[in-house]
Amino acid sequence: MSEQLIFERSRPGRRAFAQAPLTDSNGSVPENLQRHDRPTLPEVSELQVVRHFTRLSQRNFSIDTHFYPLGSCTMKYNPRACNSLALLPGFASRHPLGPVSHGQGFLSCMYELQDMLKSVTGMQEVSLTPMAGAQGELAGVAMIRAYHLANGAAERDEIIVPDAAHGTNPATATMCGCTVREIPTDAEGDVDLEALRSVVGPKTAGIMLTNPSTLGVFERHITEIADIVHDAGGLLYYDGANLNAILGKVRPGDMGFDVIHLNLHKTFSTPHGGGGPGSGAVGVGERLKPFLPIPVVGKKDIDGQPVYSWLDEEDLPQSIGRLSGFMGNAGVLLRAYVYMRMVGKDGMKRISEFATLNANYLEARMQKAGFELAFPSRRASHEFIVTLKHEAKTLGVTAMDFAKALLDKGFHAPTTYFPLLVPECLLIEPTESETKESVDRFVEAMIEIKDEAMTDADKVKGAPYTLPVRRLDDVKAARHLNLAWKADRD
Amino acid sequence: MPFIPHTEEEISEMLATIGASSINELFDEIPRDLLIKDLDGVPDALNEMEISRLMRERAAQDRGASCFIGAGAYEHHIPAAVWDITTRGEFYSAYTPYQAEASQGTLQTIYEYQTMAASLTGLDVSNASLYDGASGLAEAALMAVRANRKSKSRRVLLSAGVNQNYQNVARAIAGSQGLTFERLPLDVETGTTAVSALDDQGDAPVAVVIQQPSFLGTYEQVDDITDWAHANGALVIAVVNPISLTVLRPPGSWGAAGADIAGGEGQPLGIPLSSGGPYFGIMTCKEQIVRQMPGRIVGRTTDLDGNPGFTLTLQAREQHIRRTKATSNICTNQGLMVTAATIYMSLLGYEGLREVALTSQARTSNLVDLLTSIDGVDRAFDVPHFHEAVIRLDRPVAPVLEALAAQDILGGFNLNKDFPELGNALLVCATETKNDDDLAAYQVALRDIMTASA
Repeated sequence: MSEQLIFERSRPGRRAFAQAPLTDSNGSVPENLQRHDRPTLPEVSELQVVRHFTRLSQRNFSIDTHFYPLGSCTMKYNPRACNSLALLPGFASRHPLGPVSHGQGFLSCMYELQDMLKSVTGMQEVSLTPMAGAQGELAGVAMIRAYHLANGAAERDEIIVPDAAHGTNPATATMCGCTVREIPTDAEGDVDLEALRSVVGPKTAGIMLTNPSTLGVFERHITEIADIVHDAGGLLYYDGANLNAILGKVRPGDMGFDVIHLNLHKTFSTPHGGGGPGSGAVGVGERLKPFLPIPVVGKKDIDGQPVYSWLDEEDLPQSIGRLSGFMGNAGVLLRAYVYMRMVGKDGMKRISEFATLNANYLEARMQKAGFELAFPSRRASHEFIVTLKHEAKTLGVTAMDFAKALLDKGFHAPTTYFPLLVPECLLIEPTESETKESVDRFVEAMIEIKDEAMTDADKVKGAPYTLPVRRLDDVKAARHLNLAWKADRD
Repeated sequence: MPFIPHTEEEISEMLATIGASSINELFDEIPRDLLIKDLDGVPDALNEMEISRLMRERAAQDRGASCFIGAGAYEHHIPAAVWDITTRGEFYSAYTPYQAEASQGTLQTIYEYQTMAASLTGLDVSNASLYDGASGLAEAALMAVRANRKSKSRRVLLSAGVNQNYQNVARAIAGSQGLTFERLPLDVETGTTAVSALDDQGDAPVAVVIQQPSFLGTYEQVDDITDWAHANGALVIAVVNPISLTVLRPPGSWGAAGADIAGGEGQPLGIPLSSGGPYFGIMTCKEQIVRQMPGRIVGRTTDLDGNPGFTLTLQAREQHIRRTKATSNICTNQGLMVTAATIYMSLLGYEGLREVALTSQARTSNLVDLLTSIDGVDRAFDVPHFHEAVIRLDRPVAPVLEALAAQDILGGFNLNKDFPELGNALLVCATETKNDDDLAAYQVALRDIMTASA
């Protein structure tokens, strides 16, 4: 059953009248600038709107309704208190350009958030402004570039990226005007050190690494990698996608990284919101401090009282500049602040411990059930990879088919076909907030699907059957573009 | 253990299945010398009751002021239903809709949003949103370079009234790819772009950005500038306030051919001010350049049984497929904000949005009348304005704003830094949320301050 479009519910003259502002005044715009056609907006009642969007929400999987073992995405529980406290009227109604005299509550939270993030990453300074992981990456690579330019090394424009990296890494390097040098990963999942040695040199700007990597294993040679890159004059960039795996155990700053972005919507549990907002705070070591994106929150003691204020271009004249109209996704930052305060010092370490326990337990159960692991000799980090190449070859049932069949069994699919170098892979990340019994049920579902594939492969290939729609025609979607509703077409 | 459900018994069973003696053993691949003992900078945990008390105290420090600042973020009434529904867990805690069958709610919402955004701007297609209006301008400029292959230029011209922060952000994001951003001169009599300056622009730019209404609340000659840009081989990027688009001619109808790309800050559509974010960036364009668009796009298609459904489409543009050749590194859209905006636009409808726009325009007119009745306060321009306007004081603005803030009135945005050519100029804004008493209170406070310090 499809849900009608809101436009199809529209009736001329119908309105949500309680939402009409009082029009006791007659505003106007100049005649030659007036709009005369009516844009496509629905004419519906308030109840219709509430019902329509409530019903649409019910056509989603979400963390609040389903186990979401989506590798590299850290789909942990988003505590409700984080949301309700971030939306308190004092925070929600504060204008971004309001004076600091009317923002000490908000600014004190941001200052303390910067401090907590410094502590968990081992970096020297933090800027909270990047609005998503990819923008944090952009800030990081831009800072590396600015550092080399400030040192008269304009020729350093090569960014080294392992083949297992997220697509955003090479795309970001390109956006920053750099060239990408890709290096391979060895059979055990570590960076190939010989390959690294052969690409570093006088053109090296830096290397972008995720650790643990997207292969679900800890990069064991990280100290050597840091030495190789630093000795060649380059800097190390840490992609924080997998920070959940090592929180409170080991810190990027101690591993030798010069700059890091965090995905607060992963590690610090701010909502994914159906695709955003994210939040990609960046942290830097000593060398990159002058280049941080602005604004940053500063603190002074005035008459024994802390007073918080913005640091901008006057305080950081070498900054790479502003990345957002104001100061990034402030409301998301508040949610991360609340989460970190509720988890506390001891809880940080527990996050990585139980995320890792869940992942290794799930991995062990999958292996015992006959699924092939991509890196059987390695410990799982907070995630691990199963390869279904054997099932694809013998049964004709692919990783995508397993993913869709899982939906019918009430599980969101793991990440499929990423990283690109493992064939028919599922990247599985259970997170620390999941119970043992939901992890157990996931294994049972995978076993059931495999059994079904052996008796009736076509049935599995046709999944899902129980969702609002069956598999969608992506080719048609791209060839016959229908990106907006038109009354005369649809 | 906050947010961790494991019992002691389960921990033992799980370790036995793994074949490990302790949880610590699971970290045995990490070099010993890297492990840390303690996190000095993180305080001990607070429970929900304690953190709630702390946050309520802090939020209370920031509330209670009457705000007349606009300058890119606007206070509008947000219907209760908007965030009630938006924060339902099924929207709030869902991931990016890559598994389309399990994400039809998010996907259909975005499709409905795309329909509204495209139609409001008078263009063909919309993406699923960008981070915010400012970063959206950087993406639009980069898109214009890709879409305008005939132009060899990387110079982007800006109308005089483009938000200064948008220009700063565009330079920070797109500057490393060789794009330059140059502002056309401001006619200080009218607060609009000096259109006569278009004649001596030298080499043609790759794109021209026009903000309408301008940052100063005035109306640009959008038709003339659009036609000039097209005649010189440049694309036109519109920066608009979505609230204005039910009353103002949309970018798609500017000049003879219409703007090519439109963007702007989506915040006025039901998003709380919230210290600057999360907001969302609108981006729409003509269909022939949709393949150069950055960000996620939702398309309507059919499933195996021929039933209608929605999916992310044109993904071959994006970073997870194209890597170094992607249109942008962007992956996040502001999904939750778009959900709120779609609900907001559905509740207000065409008539409601029009009334919000016209009421806000009238409120600002009333405010300007009241304030300029004070000695030493004048209109900066004798031209029509939308819901923001510039007034000029006979003395520096900063101390006056400070004195107003001491009375919990946030009197506007000081233009001194961004537009020094305007002298002691203050940008004020009143929307439909302000009633006569609010306006009168501002007038009385300003009059007292001007008199006391005269």
